[in-house]
Amino acid sequence: MAKDKTNVAESSTAKSAAKAPPQPITMMSVVAPALGWLVPGAGHLIQKRWGRGLLLMLSVVAMFVLGVLMEGRVYAFNTGDILDMLGFVGDLGAGGLYIVARALGIGIGAINLATADYGTKYIIVSGLLNIISAVDAYDIAIGKKP
Amino acid sequence: MTLSHFSAAVIFAFFASIVFGITQRSERREMIKYGAKCFVFFVVGTIAAGWVMWILRH
Repeated sequence: MAKDKTNVAESSTAKSAAKAPPQPITMMSVVAPALGWLVPGAGHLIQKRWGRGLLLMLSVVAMFVLGVLMEGRVYAFNTGDILDMLGFVGDLGAGGLYIVARALGIGIGAINLATADYGTKYIIVSGLLNIISAVDAYDIAIGKKP
Repeated sequence: MTLSHFSAAVIFAFFASIVFGITQRSERREMIKYGAKCFVFFVVGTIAAGWVMWILRH
């Protein structure tokens, strides 16, 4: 019985190994997603995907800036409410934009404005979209995507 | 800066669709098609949700 389970596990491992060969870790596969996180779109630009990189940069930066202009809130690290913690994780995805916003002390959030809540969501989503962009830059770097 | 709920939703849909299109498809033509599809779904979904809320209220 145990031998059968071992065989099944080995067979399953063999199949997955055949399907997805291990990708070699290259300098670009580390630098592209890291740079893409820090500067939106830069992970694509460094790999000479100019059009995609510029469009991603425009989209993420525009959403973040619009969110700040709508007086949205930029979350700091916190251990309070679960939504506040998730907000921080989302905001952190914006990388350099988040760091600059925190350093300049912008993104206090105006609770008396309805649009400020939209702004908060814009900022969080720009961070999440930037994470998707950084993962895409990684896929390009390892040759999974043209 | 003040935006209406609808204009905020349309701008949100526009930028999110660009990122989805670029990251979720490999070919340029497919990227444009998928991005456009996402944009339409976002906007139609917003309008539909608005009508659902209106029906719930009345």
